[in-house]
Amino acid sequence: MAPLLSVIDMTHYFGGLCAVNNFNLAIEPGQIKGLIGPNGAGKTTVFNLITGVYTPTEGTIELMGKNIKGLETHRIAAKGLGRTFQNLALWRHMNVLDHIRLAHYSQLSYGLFGAFFGTPKCREQEEQVIENSYKLLQIFDVKQFATQNIGNLPYGAQRRVEMARAMATNPKVLFLDEPTAGMTPDELIRMIEIIRQVHRDFGVAIFLIEHRMKFVMELCESIQTLVFGEVIAEGPPEEIQNNPEVIEAYLGKEDVH
Amino acid sequence: MIKKFFRILSVVPLAGWLLGGFTAVLIEYYLGDLISYYLYLPKVPVLFGTLIMLKEPQLIPSALAYNLIVYILPILLVGRLLAPVMNGLAALLEKMPLWLATIIHLAAFYGILHMWAGINDYRVLVVKLTMIAIILTISLNIINGYQGEFSCSHPGFMALGAYASSTLTLLLFANDKMFGEALLNPALGPWLFPVVLFIGGIVAALGSLIVAIPSFRTRGDYLAIISLAFLFIVKSGIENLEIIGGPRGMSSQPNYATLPVVFIWMSLCIWIIHNFTTSVMGKALNAVRDNEPAANSMTVNTRKTKMTAFMFGAFWAGVAGGLFAHVLRYVNPGTFGLQKLAEILAMVYFGGLNSIYGSIVGAVSISVLGEALRPLQLFKWIIIPLILILVMIFRPHGLISFTELNVKEVMRPRNKERSEGGE
Repeated sequence: MAPLLSVIDMTHYFGGLCAVNNFNLAIEPGQIKGLIGPNGAGKTTVFNLITGVYTPTEGTIELMGKNIKGLETHRIAAKGLGRTFQNLALWRHMNVLDHIRLAHYSQLSYGLFGAFFGTPKCREQEEQVIENSYKLLQIFDVKQFATQNIGNLPYGAQRRVEMARAMATNPKVLFLDEPTAGMTPDELIRMIEIIRQVHRDFGVAIFLIEHRMKFVMELCESIQTLVFGEVIAEGPPEEIQNNPEVIEAYLGKEDVH
Repeated sequence: MIKKFFRILSVVPLAGWLLGGFTAVLIEYYLGDLISYYLYLPKVPVLFGTLIMLKEPQLIPSALAYNLIVYILPILLVGRLLAPVMNGLAALLEKMPLWLATIIHLAAFYGILHMWAGINDYRVLVVKLTMIAIILTISLNIINGYQGEFSCSHPGFMALGAYASSTLTLLLFANDKMFGEALLNPALGPWLFPVVLFIGGIVAALGSLIVAIPSFRTRGDYLAIISLAFLFIVKSGIENLEIIGGPRGMSSQPNYATLPVVFIWMSLCIWIIHNFTTSVMGKALNAVRDNEPAANSMTVNTRKTKMTAFMFGAFWAGVAGGLFAHVLRYVNPGTFGLQKLAEILAMVYFGGLNSIYGSIVGAVSISVLGEALRPLQLFKWIIIPLILILVMIFRPHGLISFTELNVKEVMRPRNKERSEGGE
């Protein structure tokens, strides 16, 4: 059986600069995989290529056996690829509930006419969306903020809203771009629990970029190390931790101290 | 003191204020002439006496007294004294379906407006133009507020709607110099007028694609320039089309845009735009404004959303244009220039972005202020911009921004404290 998400020989050039070279990835249902690498290695570019922000120069990307390369971002997202952003990409004038509501966009079928006249079909679907949104807010422990403007929330809560929003798109694979960036140690531990819970309850596969080794080592089954757009090592956490090349390129500095 | 005064009045529901307003217009209708005679006013003051006050300052006390006797006292007294009764009525209305209660309130409000405006033709005109300004402001708020693009082409959309609907009514229902005999029975005209306005709106919506499609690739200042270019294209296009009158414009449109017609269109516009902006489809506009890549990643079709915003906003501008042409019964391309643009933009930003409520407040205050300060002539255009600047200093997002219209909350009875307590 083909994996849930498979990326084969993905290469991308920005002008003459090779940003990602021959990147391969296979995610099976329910797996958690990690992507590490020093700053500027091209990790976020890999995310952007797979989620359709850029179209890769070469290679194939398939979700559940169907090609998604070259599709618009929102179509790829609707097919089951949810993501979060490295530097929170929230909508600053919207409240928390509306964030989650909006992520249901592709699941609605009432159309513009329904929205204009508030048809029974529209109202029914909207009510369902609100109900489902509250459920998600509950799971991510941000329900108490539902009617608050997003800007009023503490940083950790904003991160959780962003994840709740990604889950509202009903993804099969969840891409997390540095989910613990800028978090305090307490928030970090909470985040690990939440990711575990999401993984368990929704049965979603997760692909994450992370800088904190403790976090990656604890969560991921398999880790890829990206340096200057190329994967230099791939394997289970223990193996990566002891890989001399990885230590040199990435962990080396930390070992010195 | 002021706080206490407002607390005393806070128990009056909307229905109570409407009854107060009704009493006031009744008094004016039957006793207006008498009261103004005893106050040495030449006739019933047209617009709360502002015109008289500015022209003849010695009549300021009389005009103020007139306002006090005819409007302020009856509204306050009737509103406050009958508050218990009206709260009971409001509670009764609250139990009805929301749409029915809303329609009853709207009908009552229309009744008051009709009687107030019925005193003379100038009032009718002011009320009609104010209501058209409300449609324009809310529809521009869709593009500039909810969708967050700075569009300057609204008078252009309005012109498209005005000319399309004027051409249709003149061609189909009127015997005139430009298009000759009416093609259809003129008696059908008033009934088919909604269709004509709808077509006018559609024409404007199609025209808006010229701005909407570039918006896929560019934003902000660049799109503002494109939209400004569109405005000039429309304006000079019409000026050069001799078949629709060129720079001389079109006149003698049939008198279809009566007060109830304009009122119904305005209510319809507010209702539909409210429905849209509170739905997930409408929230998509906000998401595209605040962070487009994020919206895209959350399955929102950003292109469709942008196109919807532009076409929807332009549609209502077209309808407003059609009504405008049939209210004045004369249009020329000069009307739809930068002056008009500045006026609509001022209403939107004065009232507040991303808010229907704010747009209504903005449109009403700027239109009424514009009429009330008319005797000041040139100074009018110093005072209104000054007010605008002051508002921007103290409330950078406009008077009432980022709020949703909550009809239920507006109409609720006021005798009970809200369950959340507070206040």
